[in-house]
Amino acid sequence: MSSQRKALLDYCIALGDDSLTLGHRLSEWSSNGPFLEEDLALTNVALDFIGRARMFYAYAAEIEGKGRSEDDFAFLRDCREYRNFLINELPNGDFAFTMARQLLVDAYDMDFFGRLAGSSDPDLAAIAAKAVKESRYHLRRSEDWIIRLGDGTEESHRRTQDAFEQLWGYAAEMFDMSAQERQLADAGIAVDRGALEAGWASKVQAVLKQATLEVPADDWSIRGGREGIHTEHLGYLLAELQFLQRAYPGLQW
Amino acid sequence: MVAVGVNPEITRLFELLGSVADPEIPVLSLLDLGVLRDSSIDDYKVTITITPTYAGCPAMAAMRADIETTLAAAGYGQVRVQQKLSPAWSTDWMTQGGREKLRAYGIAPPVNTACAHAADGIECPQCGSAQVSKISEFGSTACKALYQCQDCREPFDYFKCI
Repeated sequence: MSSQRKALLDYCIALGDDSLTLGHRLSEWSSNGPFLEEDLALTNVALDFIGRARMFYAYAAEIEGKGRSEDDFAFLRDCREYRNFLINELPNGDFAFTMARQLLVDAYDMDFFGRLAGSSDPDLAAIAAKAVKESRYHLRRSEDWIIRLGDGTEESHRRTQDAFEQLWGYAAEMFDMSAQERQLADAGIAVDRGALEAGWASKVQAVLKQATLEVPADDWSIRGGREGIHTEHLGYLLAELQFLQRAYPGLQW
Repeated sequence: MVAVGVNPEITRLFELLGSVADPEIPVLSLLDLGVLRDSSIDDYKVTITITPTYAGCPAMAAMRADIETTLAAAGYGQVRVQQKLSPAWSTDWMTQGGREKLRAYGIAPPVNTACAHAADGIECPQCGSAQVSKISEFGSTACKALYQCQDCREPFDYFKCI
């Protein structure tokens, strides 16, 4: 496999991992949502992310060409092989934390997939063109919620502000480019994520302002997801996600 | 590969596929929904190409199985259903007949053009009023949002524009 082919494989796996870990977290809200409509919405968004993961893993399996399936990528890799951004694996916290994370991720996804839709790789472009349509709906909802919660009661304001304080330093790695990814970006395949940061920050800041929330200080960051260095939470997430395939290998229903 | 309308086999295939319904919204056929992309017959092997509505929509797996079952029942021995992502599915591809069936079924059909902010032009499928308000961006399935009519007070699903 050429180095560019290997880079493309790693890229697809990382994008699949981002979608799967966040999709799994959102699915944990199923039957636990604050009210019925919101329960449905969280589960619907979870499905969109899990659907993305399937498309990226299926493409990764095709690139690799060793007979692994999309399920093998999801169920048979351990923490250090996962390459998702850390923000996606953090536990859900309260509803404010979940929606604050969605705002940060959805705002990023809109720009990221919007640009990836122009990739010179036709399969990546097709997946991205599909994803960006869904992200548009996701972002509208997360913006609405953050404005309602931030500009709501004293308690909802406090909880939402706390959520952004806890999340802020995890957003930084969304804009770090590795040398391998840079190589793909130079070939017109990958997105230069570093170039997305300014637009993302101004978008998020505008929503926070409207929500009467403070923009947290940029005085800390935690990175490592793309190198496979994770928080302790991913292990617990995968233990639940992968339980059946680990306990009963090859099980189908 | 043969063009539609030239080969009677293909015409028959499309008639059969027109009888396959969306498992979540049984009044819509896959033709109404606009997910059928292509069909071909080569050495008695049938290949049907469909496009997903939403990336994670669980109905897609049911649609594939229903296509295979329907064609098998009609005597086609080797059927393959493949998925094509690009260009991404849009509600613009839903037929006019499909939109009317949705409305009659109690679901407000998507407003005509795929747009970012589709709030304008949604009408209550019960009384036809344009005085409607959004309850939730996401309804009982990925493709729908929840609305309520301000005139007749009925809550209803809106098939989102995408």
